[in-house]
Amino acid sequence: MNRLMMKLFVASEAIFFVSLMVAYVYFWISARFGTEALARLDIVTSGVFTGMLVLSSGTLWMSERSRNRGKRTAALVWLGATLLLGAAFLAGQSHEYYRLLSGGFTIGSDEFGTSFFTLTGFHGLHLLLGLLTLGTLMLLLSKGYLDNDRANVMATAGIYWHFVDAVWVVVFTLIYVFPHIAPHLAPHVVQNITGS
Amino acid sequence: MESLLHVPEPAEPLPSATTRRGLLEWISSVDHKQVGIMYQWVALLFFLAGGALALMMRVQLSVANNRFLSPEVYNQFFTMHGTVMIFFVLMPALIGAGVYLVPLMIGANEMAYPRLNALSMWLTLFGGLLLFFSFLTGGAPDAGWFNYAPLTEEVYTGSGINYYCMGLLIAGIGSVAAGLNFVVTILKMRVPDMSLKRMPLFVWMMLITAFLILGALPSLNAALSMLLLDRLLHAMFFVNTHGSPLLWQHLFWLFGHPEVYILILPAFGIFSEVFPVFSRKPIFGYSFVVASGIAIALLAYGVWMHHMFAAGLGNTVNAFFSASSLLIGVPTGVKIFNWLGTMYGGSIRLRMPMLFAVAFLIEFTIGGLTGIMFAIVPIDWQVTDSYVVVAHLHYVFVGGSLFGVFAGLFYWFPKMSGKMLDEKLGRVFFWLFVIGFNLTFLIQHWLGMIGMPRRVYTYLDFPHYTLFNMISTVGAFLMAASVFVLLWNIFKSIRSGEVAPPDPWDANTLEWYTDSPPSLKNFERVPPVTSDRPLYDFKHSHQPDDAT
Repeated sequence: MNRLMMKLFVASEAIFFVSLMVAYVYFWISARFGTEALARLDIVTSGVFTGMLVLSSGTLWMSERSRNRGKRTAALVWLGATLLLGAAFLAGQSHEYYRLLSGGFTIGSDEFGTSFFTLTGFHGLHLLLGLLTLGTLMLLLSKGYLDNDRANVMATAGIYWHFVDAVWVVVFTLIYVFPHIAPHLAPHVVQNITGS
Repeated sequence: MESLLHVPEPAEPLPSATTRRGLLEWISSVDHKQVGIMYQWVALLFFLAGGALALMMRVQLSVANNRFLSPEVYNQFFTMHGTVMIFFVLMPALIGAGVYLVPLMIGANEMAYPRLNALSMWLTLFGGLLLFFSFLTGGAPDAGWFNYAPLTEEVYTGSGINYYCMGLLIAGIGSVAAGLNFVVTILKMRVPDMSLKRMPLFVWMMLITAFLILGALPSLNAALSMLLLDRLLHAMFFVNTHGSPLLWQHLFWLFGHPEVYILILPAFGIFSEVFPVFSRKPIFGYSFVVASGIAIALLAYGVWMHHMFAAGLGNTVNAFFSASSLLIGVPTGVKIFNWLGTMYGGSIRLRMPMLFAVAFLIEFTIGGLTGIMFAIVPIDWQVTDSYVVVAHLHYVFVGGSLFGVFAGLFYWFPKMSGKMLDEKLGRVFFWLFVIGFNLTFLIQHWLGMIGMPRRVYTYLDFPHYTLFNMISTVGAFLMAASVFVLLWNIFKSIRSGEVAPPDPWDANTLEWYTDSPPSLKNFERVPPVTSDRPLYDFKHSHQPDDAT
């Protein structure tokens, strides 16, 4: 029952993120900020933090597996690792924000700033909520509240965490990777559509 | 009797007050029945406020060159009227009906998430209050209920738009939570024998509505967030120099058109309960009602640009959305025939719920036909932003959704309160309201055709303008008078109305099996569910051939 609820919630949230991504793509095409994205963003650093976030999905899965086998300590360790990885990602994102903002690049600078900060910012907020959830989970787990009959609590929270993780993979691909593949993709697309 | 099914309690006791403690009992309650009733009070509160705004607009428009309201105030009033009636009257009234009835109809004792349920209701109330708070801060939102950019940007408007964004965001989060709650409740908490094919049609329509909410509200929430970022942090999503005002229209109507069906499908559900009970026949074409509901929900996501024909998106786009909009008329038409077929050959009892149901068939068909007209691009271009649009949307929202709310009110009031609503006062209310409604809005079709634009605070004394507007205003006052009759009816019936038996209408569904009003625990046991009319089967179990 809880898992169904979380899946529906995640589906609903997915539409929220798709709306933000549509705005991003729309501005990418109309304002042609592919080269600007290349100049401002550091794909290597972000790539490392992205790797950490992907890893955190794995550690959470390990934690759940340990719990299901009755190994509470192991589950706590894996869960702690998940929290650390998530927090590290958030720290990395904060650092990137700090670098951009102190360089005078803000949400109001241009279309790229607007859609970049909004999309990554909303993802960061979701991640923060996920960290709070995992923290609560850790507390419950350590006090023994998640034994046996509450088996699906971790699975439910896990759906949310994996979702936030998956959203980032898409966002990362869209914002950081695509400009490297084809920084001038957008103008061609526009030409093809309008025939001009 | 020995075959009655046992109904399980929620897994753990809930923090609801079990003894009568007045207001505190209600505020602290997570009982779905109390939350459902509070939804109705919220809707009534905002209905009176939104109605008062409308009445003042009609006073302003009653004669040419009137100076009763200034243009600024008039803009705020029509914006608030539309926003409040859609988000804080029709939505809470219909969602609240679902919250009250769905567990009772599926033989459950609670919603799946009772605390979340209460949270949804309070978010709706406070979202609405926040919206109204804008009046005290130097002006309400004034850019129309669909709030088009770039008019809504910082440079053009005051702080009202911020309250629009925040109020609707808060209420929107509440609606998403309610949608989640409905889907899980309906899919997981039905009594064992109630397969999907035996679910009452109201529950079916709430299920479809819940999916529409989950799919549609996020794009509105995203758009509202972007607009807030534009206004508060100087982002540039919808500013006309850098961003794209058109993007707002896309995101808004991607929510906005499914929203129309979020408001009408629960009403369809109510009518699908009322028609069989008051025609003393099973519903005609149960599976067609369900299937056409699903078809409407799917098509609802593919028609949004018919709100944007005037934006100049090109013939290809217009043709596609014109066709899909015409197509969505088909499943709606199917339902009309389901209800007509249910009435055909039945022994009809014209009690209050049925009166509203029959009136709905006529009024909603008028609104539906003008809707078909608007799907045709050249007609849309000719009359868009005129009073024809105003007339059309009131025929579907009032003649469809609000008549559904009224039919449901008269039908389920005995269950909710334990008292019958007065039938005589009900008829006075009905005729005053229906006559007033048609007087107000039928004439607006012609008013629009002769060229009166919507959303202007006054007009010059062109031929017919003053007469038509005066007729419309008189109708509005009749509706206002009828609302007082309704309020008096509710007040009088709660105090000294006729006591309602558990099953006053000789109805079909499980909510009529329990007491009126139901105890905190809805059911100890329920009859076995053998069809979509479990209570009917139970009452007639000694005459097995009677069912046809």
